[in-house]
Amino acid sequence: MTPRKRLMGLGAFALASSLVLTACGGGDSGDDSSEGTSTGIVTISNGEPQNPLVGSMTNETEGGLVVQQLYSGLVYYDAEGVVHNEIAESIESDDNQTWTITIQDGWKWSDGTDVTAANFVDAWNWAAYGPNGAKGAGFFDPIEGFTETQGVPEFDEEGNVSGMAEEPTAETLSGLEVVSDTEFTVTLNQPESDFPIRLGYSAYFPLPDAYYDDIEAFGEKPITNGPYVLEDWQHDSEINLVPNEEYNGPRKAQNGGLDFIVYTDENTSYADLQGGNLDILENVPTSAMSTFEEDLGDGAISEPSASFAAMTVPEWLPEFQGEAGLKRRQALSMAINREQITETIFAGTRIPATDFTSPVIDGWTGEIPGNEVTEYNPEEAKSLWDEANSEDPLPDDYVLTIHTNTDSDHQAWVEAVCNGYINDLDIKCEMTGYPTFDEVLNERDKGPDGKVNGLFRAGWSADYPSLQNYLGPLYSKAALAGSNDGRYESDEFDAALKEAAAAPSLEEANTLYNKAQEILFKDLPGIPLWYYSTTAGHSEAVDNVEFGWDSMPLLYEVTKSE
Amino acid sequence: MPDNRYENTSRPGQEHFVAPPEDVRVGVVDAVDTSEAPSSLWGDAWRDMRHRPLFWASAALIVLVILMATIPSLFTSTSPTECHLESSLAGPAAGHIFGFDKQGCDIYARAIYGARASVTVGVLSTVFVVVVGTIIGSIAGYFGGWLDTLLSRFTDIFFAVPFVLAAIVIMSLLQNRNALVVAIVLATFGWTSIARITRGAVLGVKNNEFITAAKALGMGRLAILAKHVLPNAAAPIIVYATVALGTFIVAEATLSFLGIGLPTSTVSWGGDLDKAQVSIRVAPEIMIYPATALALTVLSFIMMGDVVRDALDPKARKR
Amino acid sequence: MLWYIGRRLLQVIPVFLGATLLLYGLVFLRPGDPVAALGGERGLSPAAEIAIREAYHLDQPFIVQYLYFLKGVFTFDMGVTFTGRPVVEVIAQAFPVTFQLAIMAIVIETVFGIGFGLWAGVRKGKLFDSTVLLWSLLLISLPTFVIGFVLQAVVGVQLGWLPITAGRDPDFISLLMPAIVLATTSFAYILRLTRTSVVENITADFVRTARAKGLGRGKIMTRHVLRNSLIPVVTFIGIDLGNLMAGSIVTEGIFNVNGVGGTLYQAITRGENVTVVSLATVLVVVYIVANLIVDILYAVLDPRIRYA
Repeated sequence: MTPRKRLMGLGAFALASSLVLTACGGGDSGDDSSEGTSTGIVTISNGEPQNPLVGSMTNETEGGLVVQQLYSGLVYYDAEGVVHNEIAESIESDDNQTWTITIQDGWKWSDGTDVTAANFVDAWNWAAYGPNGAKGAGFFDPIEGFTETQGVPEFDEEGNVSGMAEEPTAETLSGLEVVSDTEFTVTLNQPESDFPIRLGYSAYFPLPDAYYDDIEAFGEKPITNGPYVLEDWQHDSEINLVPNEEYNGPRKAQNGGLDFIVYTDENTSYADLQGGNLDILENVPTSAMSTFEEDLGDGAISEPSASFAAMTVPEWLPEFQGEAGLKRRQALSMAINREQITETIFAGTRIPATDFTSPVIDGWTGEIPGNEVTEYNPEEAKSLWDEANSEDPLPDDYVLTIHTNTDSDHQAWVEAVCNGYINDLDIKCEMTGYPTFDEVLNERDKGPDGKVNGLFRAGWSADYPSLQNYLGPLYSKAALAGSNDGRYESDEFDAALKEAAAAPSLEEANTLYNKAQEILFKDLPGIPLWYYSTTAGHSEAVDNVEFGWDSMPLLYEVTKSE
Repeated sequence: MPDNRYENTSRPGQEHFVAPPEDVRVGVVDAVDTSEAPSSLWGDAWRDMRHRPLFWASAALIVLVILMATIPSLFTSTSPTECHLESSLAGPAAGHIFGFDKQGCDIYARAIYGARASVTVGVLSTVFVVVVGTIIGSIAGYFGGWLDTLLSRFTDIFFAVPFVLAAIVIMSLLQNRNALVVAIVLATFGWTSIARITRGAVLGVKNNEFITAAKALGMGRLAILAKHVLPNAAAPIIVYATVALGTFIVAEATLSFLGIGLPTSTVSWGGDLDKAQVSIRVAPEIMIYPATALALTVLSFIMMGDVVRDALDPKARKR
Repeated sequence: MLWYIGRRLLQVIPVFLGATLLLYGLVFLRPGDPVAALGGERGLSPAAEIAIREAYHLDQPFIVQYLYFLKGVFTFDMGVTFTGRPVVEVIAQAFPVTFQLAIMAIVIETVFGIGFGLWAGVRKGKLFDSTVLLWSLLLISLPTFVIGFVLQAVVGVQLGWLPITAGRDPDFISLLMPAIVLATTSFAYILRLTRTSVVENITADFVRTARAKGLGRGKIMTRHVLRNSLIPVVTFIGIDLGNLMAGSIVTEGIFNVNGVGGTLYQAITRGENVTVVSLATVLVVVYIVANLIVDILYAVLDPRIRYA
């Protein structure tokens, strides 16, 4: 097994998470601090963070999990994905475009200084400013003045960024304004009803004044305001956190500290969990998918998650264009036996998809008109494929290819899907593997000039619990330079998204987002496959283990007696 | 500097002295009966081998493997690529004596059809490393001096390149992923070991009396290397090559695992071993079939290697 | 001899230049764009991309990047990884544990390989010889993953005899299982090489002479047969030391050893050129030293081999 890159986190959401409110096991909980807390140090499997431990610099799950424990933002998500205020006192707007944010008094950084409104505004400005190279810069794109902080890039003949044609004209976002120590305002480019939901994402975390003194050193030994502070970071091996004495928010640590153990192989962390060396396992290895519930008993966790998988149909392939192309897209979708594949290949840890989002997101219905194409119907698929061939014949030696990175377990399902196509559509089908993730990205970005001449895998995990966070990044024209890799362009769809974003309430927005999905089912820019589940586990030594909507454990509430 | 100090001189502890050829009329000393049929090394070896049951056993196994690789339909009428998820991990059934793998493919058919790709990869890469490695290693070891330095350090450079990196780069540059390409990748960074083994063995052989004698007889240096040094240094090369054959076949699985191996539609033992890994907790027995096929192939070549080595060694020859 | 050793060590320089240039060429040819991968599915903003490219000199031509690297090597400051860690620190962390593991594996495979090989050679064609052959076939035919997985599940998890993983600051006991797994394939090689050499030498004239002199069987075996059989074995151990120092992605992953193999693999897949080349550079030095030791051992084992 190779180390697994988790760029697309296997997210988790807690729809039906049972809130286990038992006290710490054993009767010898000699706590000296507040009620209900335990003193044991909880060990968690994790990977080595690939970025400094700063919210706006982190875009991968390994660092994200640690950063969430270290920092507090305006809001936080509970296990169900519901937003609660953390530092924010209130987040208000009359028009969904200008937001007034007030923060609570009394929050402190671990160096003793106060958390102020300026800490947010400065942190956001720093992250947004292009030349600082923050990985989360894109999250500030809805805020007024973002374009001015980016400058205009220059592209070479291959379409890659080669330099700056114009330097940024502003260092700060014009849409941000500090009103007082406890209040600031945010002006967006257009109304966005789900803006407050986004603010729990780590890119929006504040930073202390000390950050700007020595940015490089800070990421290794950050000053933070969250439930925990960093004690030690032994690279590639362990990260140790201890509870933050200064913290008095809703996420107060209920244990004596957290040790993140770095693993590169999920089979290994699983063995350590079974052997009692590990308390919380974030991901059950593929090899144990069908046995882990039996192996771990009460310690097994399996819940739907916020991750969604599809196969993107690149718009540049002639065989998938026009009338015949649409029939082929429908045929390929109907010839996938999602039930059987999720049962057999994934041991039921994936759920057949019926839309382009995830069932754990507020507003998901699963009843989008047009989603019949996600039902297995081999006869209809075969006749559609044959019809398409009579209208627009394919060459005799046509081989359908499915492109994927192979540094994670994708080969098994690709093979199963291909075998289905071979059996039901009577075509040739083959996987094209790429050993590294950046090679796939690169080939995909090259579009028609790249190696991608077939379907490719698309996995998406929401950053904040909103339907918009799936549909926009994957299929809008605005994301053509970003993650809309199939180059789907539809004015109708873009207009529908824009209408949904401007809706006065979240409920209305969700209805409109689901309407927009109907357009996707009409065009099939991607073929929905399945929703992921969080499959995790914990040892008998810990209690009250819950996984959040983003597949990350809510570590502050875990209890463990010594 | 060529290391030729011992050619014509004696040294401490050495009892005999080899006179320079021009001092003695060698022909007079070593008169031979030229009417006798010349006995060649390989001819002797063949006469020896054909009387050994082990030779015939290993030859039969090799023929069997080659038959599997060339005409797999002799052994099974089931297609290895006809897979139905309904039969995933199902046990043996009529016409499917070993049962089915995770994808619902017939395990027996896959074990048979896997021979072609795997044996091609294994044999081709082994042949490649033996040829390149032996040439470079024997020249370095036999001629010594600056030539040795040059070739040995060249080997070091190749040795330092991480295999995974090289494989990723080469495989992405070569679009067509077939058994030949995989063999080339495996061999490009596999010849260094055999070059060193050969060099070591040649160093050990080249100071033997019979080499000195051959020199004294005025034989050319390359001819001595080919006719006397190499056959006597062959044992470790053969041993290494036969074991390496197996590791190359397994290494193809590593490439498949990285996604740069043979295409998924090509059946191979390495690929099947790799695929069986995800089922290791539920159905470890799936792995047994490709592993056994691989083991039998390696066994046949190891036995053949042993017989050839014995036959090449006149001391071990039974009279 | 000192002159010879000194000259060999000097050869590090051209090999270093050649290897690093070749490596740099390869990482340069590696498909994909590591900076793009930093952005994940979402992608980086163009300004951020440019900033990162400049910081790591990735916007420079191949040869300029290479010269930056050389400058780094000579000032012991090879820059930082994408996570901001100094490359020197990465090297200092990865090599000691891999070195310890490699030495343990070498000892295990040598002791068992030579021991069993000698015995199998002496008892050629007997039951013991065949049994050992079958065992080595098993080790060759099963991927390392399987051997490691099974050993960990049985000895570590079920029986609890040895630690399941090495983890932070591993000691001798926790490295024992990974060392055994690392030793398995090489054990098969050493065993076959020793056995064959012993078979070859046991019929040699000098053994007959020794026997005629009335030397004891044990002495004949160790002093004459074994000593003369060791050249290919010693060569192989030298090669294997080099291989083992390059680490093993699979074994290190299974036992959570934080060594060279995993670090190198991560660096390759992430496209951290400087880290890849720096690690490999240390390996070049290791290979040259290992080869030097092997060459000196040749002369010890066979006095007829001399170096100028």
